[in-house]
Amino acid sequence: MQLVLEKRAERSGTIALVSPLIAIGLTIVTMVILFAILGKNPLLALHAYFIAPLTDGYSLQEIAVKATPLVMIAIGLSLCYLANAWNIGAEGQFLIGAVAGSWIAVKTQGTDAGAWVLPAMLILAASAGALYALIPAICKVKFGASEILTSLMLVYVADLFLDYLVRGPWRDPHGFNFPTTAEFDPVATVPLLIEGGRLHLGSIIALLVVAAAVILLGRTIKGFEIRVVGAAPRAARFGGFNADQLIILTFAVSGALAGLAGIIEVAGPVGHLQPGISPGYGFTAIIVAFLGRLNPLGILIAGLFLALTFIGGEQAQIAMKIPLDVTKVFQGILLFYVLACDSLILYRFKLVFPNRQVTRGAG
Amino acid sequence: MQAHQRMLDPTPNGQNSGESPLLRTIGLTKRYGDFLANDSIDIDIWPREIHALLGENGAGKSTLVKAIYGLIQPSAGEIRWQGQRIVLSGPSEARSRGIGMVFQHFSLFDNLTVAENVALGLDGKESFKDMSARLEQVSKTYGLPLDPKREVWQLSVGERQRIEIVRALMQDPKFLILDEPTAVLTPQEADQLFIVLERLKAEGRAILYISHKLEEVKRLCDTATILRGGRKVETCNPRLETAASLARMMVGGEVKEVKAASGRKTTLPRLVVNDLSLAPAEAHGVRLEHISFELKGGEILGIAGVAGNGQDELFAALSGERLSKDPGTVVIEGIAAGHLSITQRRKLGAAFVPEERLGHGTAPRMKLSENALLTGHAASGMVRRGFIDTAATLKTVDRATETFDVRKAKRDPEAASLSGGNLQKFIVGREILRNPAVLVVSQPTWGVDAGAAAVIRQALLDLATAGAAVLVTSQDLDELAEIADRIAVMFHGKLSAPLAASEASREKLGLLMGGSSLEPKEVAHAAGA
Ligand SMILES: Nc1ncnc2c1ncn2[C@@H]1O[C@H](COP(=O)(O)OP(=O)(O)OP(=O)(O)O)[C@@H](O)[C@H]1O
Ligand SMILES: [Mg+2]
Repeated sequence: MQLVLEKRAERSGTIALVSPLIAIGLTIVTMVILFAILGKNPLLALHAYFIAPLTDGYSLQEIAVKATPLVMIAIGLSLCYLANAWNIGAEGQFLIGAVAGSWIAVKTQGTDAGAWVLPAMLILAASAGALYALIPAICKVKFGASEILTSLMLVYVADLFLDYLVRGPWRDPHGFNFPTTAEFDPVATVPLLIEGGRLHLGSIIALLVVAAAVILLGRTIKGFEIRVVGAAPRAARFGGFNADQLIILTFAVSGALAGLAGIIEVAGPVGHLQPGISPGYGFTAIIVAFLGRLNPLGILIAGLFLALTFIGGEQAQIAMKIPLDVTKVFQGILLFYVLACDSLILYRFKLVFPNRQVTRGAG
Repeated sequence: MQAHQRMLDPTPNGQNSGESPLLRTIGLTKRYGDFLANDSIDIDIWPREIHALLGENGAGKSTLVKAIYGLIQPSAGEIRWQGQRIVLSGPSEARSRGIGMVFQHFSLFDNLTVAENVALGLDGKESFKDMSARLEQVSKTYGLPLDPKREVWQLSVGERQRIEIVRALMQDPKFLILDEPTAVLTPQEADQLFIVLERLKAEGRAILYISHKLEEVKRLCDTATILRGGRKVETCNPRLETAASLARMMVGGEVKEVKAASGRKTTLPRLVVNDLSLAPAEAHGVRLEHISFELKGGEILGIAGVAGNGQDELFAALSGERLSKDPGTVVIEGIAAGHLSITQRRKLGAAFVPEERLGHGTAPRMKLSENALLTGHAASGMVRRGFIDTAATLKTVDRATETFDVRKAKRDPEAASLSGGNLQKFIVGREILRNPAVLVVSQPTWGVDAGAAAVIRQALLDLATAGAAVLVTSQDLDELAEIADRIAVMFHGKLSAPLAASEASREKLGLLMGGSSLEPKEVAHAAGA
């Protein structure tokens, strides 16, 4: 007996919508087993993960704050993935954006620089993210280097570069030797939406990015180009669309969005540059992009859902001493199931019995 | 052999007393939404029979055989295999029962070798080496030469089809379905195929054969079932019918004749190719060598030739999918365009119809309106300041549907859901509706039924009458004879001097297609090259 994947003749529309939900369901089942193995009450753990964060205003704001970078990065990644360009290095672009934007904040620290500081930081961060993403894109187009590997490796370069800066040249002299810059000036900080709350302007920017992506993909020729190049490369070439240019463009856009997310995180919720500003947003955003079916609105929902797991993970750690890393396990399992369920859209499982082989041999 | 045929003439069925049909469908129905692609079809297939399945584009032929092959589930009705009712869970079950199929559109992986493709299509557990050996043996037994180690993208359409046939034969099927196998073959290749089919029949197998070429059906098939609008209208002996009477049954009326407007005037050259030479982009591609011709407005130039002699490369060079360093090699509307992209060439007034409709001419999983945009975005007012005018794209779909009688289940379906011939009508219509100054078209009526082929050919003639320059590449010499003013032949990347259609006899074209030249001078040249 043999299990094979067989291509479906007709694409199953229902499964395309239901598949992420199945994936979430399977993930939760797996988590229950995992909690049980860890000796925790699965029901309480699930409550801490998924229900508790939704019950108080502070956590709700915190979910939006966490979802902001996830959604922004994932929108950019979805453009890449739709165009068949595999940017895995959003984490690095996020960090480089954070560093580039912080440069202005650090240099203007304590001066009487005016309201131009924050906009300049955002622009510089986006540009830096874009340029950083262009490295793998250009290597791909010019030399055929795998963008998956190069973009991933550049994450570590960015990480160490940030580390060097905050331990060396940019370290806060009054910071008791902690590897961090000084707290940014108010002009270099993303304004809050609610006085004394957590929600900040970045969430609005993220929503604008989602809206822009909806329009781009649904209504513009560029968006059409992105979809055709990914879906039918030869037809795209016949249509006059250049796949190489599109790799460059989508990498640049996704790098810019990741860089923007980076500076918004640093100049917003964090308030200064330090190592560990990202709990892996750039990687989690990959899950967000696929869970959201590479669709902007889907990504918005998926981003909020994954943000929930971050907050839920923290609460579960506080309330039940469940290690924070379980959140990462959760996210990994989720990605696995999402991809597995997606295969079911195009393929179906089938058992093949080998005795047929014998019949054929005889006949 | 003759005796067999007469003895096994399956109509009426009573004559097969003692034997039962190998396969029969009873009331087989397939519904897509409220569209009936197959409406309660009864068909009997007997062993040792070549059974033709005829019908217009969209009549439901492919749908019926896909249901028999387990690729789609019928909405109602049943399938009986050797007298027993079966419900197929998928193609691999069909294969394991002895049903094989060769598809209308190939399902091969371009960058895998012949042997790898065959291995992927088989469900057996034999080792790759055994499989390769068996592949070679089957291909030799049936006279279908194949090099197992070549990659598919290097192969001509005819060779690709051979892979599909050999792959099906390796399963040793009792019943083989061929969906329009000869649509893309040269007459010689088709003749070879018929020998194979006769042989399979003599071995006691049954064959279901879909084709739009009625003469060949009359020659080859013992029985014919005719579908119209998803329903079975008749089962008959095609040898007792004429091509015209078969066509009448398919259409339910008379088929129009193509007529060229008399006194078509030629004007200025609109497409000129000057000494175009191009190294192949791919390792086993064909090198284009010193191709030159001039095409005036109002004129149709036909390019004949066996597939794989550089027609694809020429198409790519003319369309701008491949650029040439020297701008002067391709001149469109008096403008050197060799270095211009396909979009820029479209803006100059050129339009292109490639041979392969799914994946090249259209994005299969996208809607027709999006596929209208695919080639229309350059110069058809479908895009304003970067934004798509959806209404304009839908209008193109509607106009193509109306003008070319494209039959489909809804207003704007995915391209892949159209029947082969209807998709072809859409693609040709999409380009012709742009009123191009120059139209370059490959295999315009590949897989299109007689009625629709007439419509397309008429449209090409009308376009030329309206002053456009039309370049038609086709393997169908009758088609070229019908519409072309001049015919040139492509062989090993070279293009012969065009012959006036009146002088281009089959014999002359046949010689050129085989690589011989008409004049001794050219023979010497070829020998030197
Ligand atoms: N997946 C699908 N969804 C909706 N409609 C479909 C689908 N597949 C086929 N159809 C419709 O069913 C009809 C019959 O299609 P089919 O492919 O069987 O035609 P055909 O007889 O093989 O034509 P051709 O000679 O052009 O290949 C067509 O009108 C087609 O649009
Ligand atoms: Mg068909």
